[in-house]
Amino acid sequence: MTRAFLGMPATAPPGVGHLRGTEPFPSAARRSLADPQLRRNLGHATATIRARSAGVIAEVPDWQQLREAGRAIKTDVMARLPELLEQLEARATEAGAVVHWAADANEANRIVTDLVRGTGSDRVIKVKSMATQEIGLNEALAAAGIEPVETDLAELIVQLGDDRPSHILVPAIHRNRAEIREIFLRAMPGVDPGLTDEPAALAAAARSYLRQTFLTTKVAVSGANFAVAETGTLAVVESEGNGRMCLTLPDTLITVMGIEKVVPTWRDLEVFLQLLPRASTGERMNPYTSMWTGVTPGDGPQAFHLVLLDNGRSAALADPTGRQALHCIRCSACLNVCPVYERTGGHAYGSVYPGPIGAVLSPQLTGVADNASLPYASSLCGACYDACPVKINIPELLVQLRDQAPHPRTEAAAMAAAAYAMDHPRLYEAAQQAVRLSRLAGRRGRALPPPLDGWTASRDLPDPPRQTFRQWWAQR
Amino acid sequence: MRIALFVTCLADTLFPEAAKATVRLLERLGHEVVFPAEQTCCGQMHVNTGYQRDALPLIRRHVRTFDPYDVIVAPSGSCVGSVRHQHPLVARRAGDVRLAGRAEDLATRTYELSELLVDVLGMTDVGAYYPHRVTYHPTCHSLRMLRVGDRPLRLLRAVRGLDLVELPAAEQCCGFGGTFAVKNADTSTAMLADKMRHVLSTGADVCTASDSSCLMHLGGGLSRLRTGVRTVHLAEILAATERSETTGARGRTAARP
Repeated sequence: MTRAFLGMPATAPPGVGHLRGTEPFPSAARRSLADPQLRRNLGHATATIRARSAGVIAEVPDWQQLREAGRAIKTDVMARLPELLEQLEARATEAGAVVHWAADANEANRIVTDLVRGTGSDRVIKVKSMATQEIGLNEALAAAGIEPVETDLAELIVQLGDDRPSHILVPAIHRNRAEIREIFLRAMPGVDPGLTDEPAALAAAARSYLRQTFLTTKVAVSGANFAVAETGTLAVVESEGNGRMCLTLPDTLITVMGIEKVVPTWRDLEVFLQLLPRASTGERMNPYTSMWTGVTPGDGPQAFHLVLLDNGRSAALADPTGRQALHCIRCSACLNVCPVYERTGGHAYGSVYPGPIGAVLSPQLTGVADNASLPYASSLCGACYDACPVKINIPELLVQLRDQAPHPRTEAAAMAAAAYAMDHPRLYEAAQQAVRLSRLAGRRGRALPPPLDGWTASRDLPDPPRQTFRQWWAQR
Repeated sequence: MRIALFVTCLADTLFPEAAKATVRLLERLGHEVVFPAEQTCCGQMHVNTGYQRDALPLIRRHVRTFDPYDVIVAPSGSCVGSVRHQHPLVARRAGDVRLAGRAEDLATRTYELSELLVDVLGMTDVGAYYPHRVTYHPTCHSLRMLRVGDRPLRLLRAVRGLDLVELPAAEQCCGFGGTFAVKNADTSTAMLADKMRHVLSTGADVCTASDSSCLMHLGGGLSRLRTGVRTVHLAEILAATERSETTGARGRTAARP
C-alpha cells in the first residue's frame, strides 16, 4: 500500500467496470419511458416498497434520532478513514485474513483473478455485490477463463439474460415472469424444459440449479455491507440465504469492499442494522445477517481475502460536501421515492449506481465530466433527502455537482447574460418587455425554438400579461 | 404590519395576478405592503442549473434590497426556499462570510405566503370567497424545503364556497424542476402526465399551489390537452371575495380555457 501521493486522488479509470453509460441520461431515459412493461413494473414495485417501508419506519419512535446517529457515525468515518482502514487491516490480519489494497478497478480485478487462479478453480459463486459490478469483475474473470455465477435470484436473472441490473436492491425489477421463464429456458444449465412462469416454479428452478452450484464450487466472491475496524469483522445482510451459502461453504472466500464501508466499532452496527432493513426492503429485520472475522479453523472458508477498493472514493472524500455520497449504505430508499427513477428505471443512469444516489456518486467516482448529465437527472424535489436513512443531502450535492459539471457554451452565455440583466434593473425591465411582446413561441405558445422546444413539445406557454407587476405597482 | 413584497421574477414578469392578489389580500387584512423596486431575481435558476458564480451578484442584490425590512413575503415556496437554504450556502462557498451571515439573517424574516398568514399573522380564515371545486398540489419546495405542512390546506378550508378535493399522490413532484423541464423534457413530461391524471381524477375545476412555476408547468400541460381545468395561484384564491367573483374580475392564469 506504499504509494507516492502526488496531487489529487485519482478517479475511477475509464474502459473498465460499469460507472459510465454509453449515452447521456436524457436520451437513455427517452427509451425507457417508452417501455410500458418497464413503467408498470417500476410503478408497482416502487409504490409497494414505499408503502411497506413507510409502515415499518412509523413503528420506530426514534427513527429521526437513528438517522442522525447514522449520519454522525458516517461523518466520523470519513473524517478518519485512513486510520480506521489501517485498524481494520490489522485486526482482520490478526484473525487470519489477507488484506489487499486496490487503488482502482483494474488492480482489484487483477488481485481477485490472480487469487482465484491460485486456487485452481475455474468457477466462482458470487453473492450480490455492488462493488464487483462497479469494477466489472465478472467480465475480468470470464476473460481469464473463470466462470462467475451470481447466486442472488435477481442477479442470476440479470446474468443469464446477459442484461444489466436496474435497481440496487431489485436488480431485475424491469423483468416480468414470462421474460424470466424465457431466460431460464434459454440459459440455465439443466433446466426442466417444461418450466412454467409460476413464481414458485421459477424460484424452484433457480434453487435447484444454485444448490448444485453451491455444493460444487470452491471459491466465493462477496461484497460487504459493513466492516468493523475494532474487531476486523465483515458483515453481509441479505434476504435469500444465498449469501450464507457463499460465505460458509467454499474453501476460499474473497470479499471486495469499498473503503467507505468501514465503521469504527461493533456497537455502530446497532444503528445500521436498524436503519438498513426498514429503509431498504421495508422489513423490521433482514432475513440473513452473516458476520465473520478472519478464518476459523475447521469452520467455514479456510482462506479469506479482503480486497479494499478505492476506485475514485478518495477523490470523492477530498470534497468536503461531496464526501457525503460515501455515507450511502446502499438501501435504495432514494430510488424508490424518486419520481424520476420511478419512470425511467435504472438503466437510463448508465452507471451501476442508479437513482438519486447514483446521480451524485457516479460523477464523483469518475470525475463529473464523464457523467455530466447525471447531476441534472433530478427535478430537485427533495424526496430522496427525506427518505435517506443516513440523511445524505442529495439535492444539495446535485446542485453542487451541477456547478462543477462542464456547461454547454450557449447555455453558459445565456446564463451570464441573464444574470447581468437581472443585476441591472433597467435592463431587467427591458427584458421583461421583450418577453411580454415576444411572439417567439408562435401562435398560442406552442413552438419555442431549440433547446426550449423541450417545453413546448408537451406544454403551452402562458399568455404574456398586459403589464408586469412592477408596471401595475407603479401605476396604482 | 409593514410587509415587503418579494415578488419573484416569474410572478413579476409572467404571473402578475398572483403578486397583485398577494398585495390585495394583505391590504384587505389591514397591512401595509411595500415593493422595493431594486429587486429582480433571487438567482435560483442560476444556482440550480450550475451557475453559482453568476448567481452571486443576484444574491448580493437581493440581500441589499430586502435588508431594511422586518417582514418579507413571497408568493412562492421555491423562491423562499432559495433565499432560506441556498443564499447562505452559495455565499459561504464563494468565501463571502459576511454576505452569508446577512443572508442567514434575512432568511429568518422571509416567509412564503401561507407561512406569513398562519405563523406570523396567526390566521387561517382570511375572509375569502371562492365558489369552485379546487384541488391543491403541495409544491416540492414548499413541502420539503419549507415544511409548510397543511398551512395552505387550512387556509383553503376556511374559504367560503370552496369545495376542496384531495389530490391523490399529492406529494409527488409535478416534473417542473426549473431547467429540468427542458433538459429532461421527456422525463418531466412523464411526471406531468401522472400529475395531470391525478388532478383530472379529482374532478376539480381548479388546481392550486403556492408556486407560479409549478402552476405554469401543470397549467401548460392541462391547457395543451384542453382539459378545461385551470391553474390558479393560492394567493388569488385567498384574495378572492364575493365582489371579485361576481364582477368577473377573475385573474388570468396559466391555463388557456
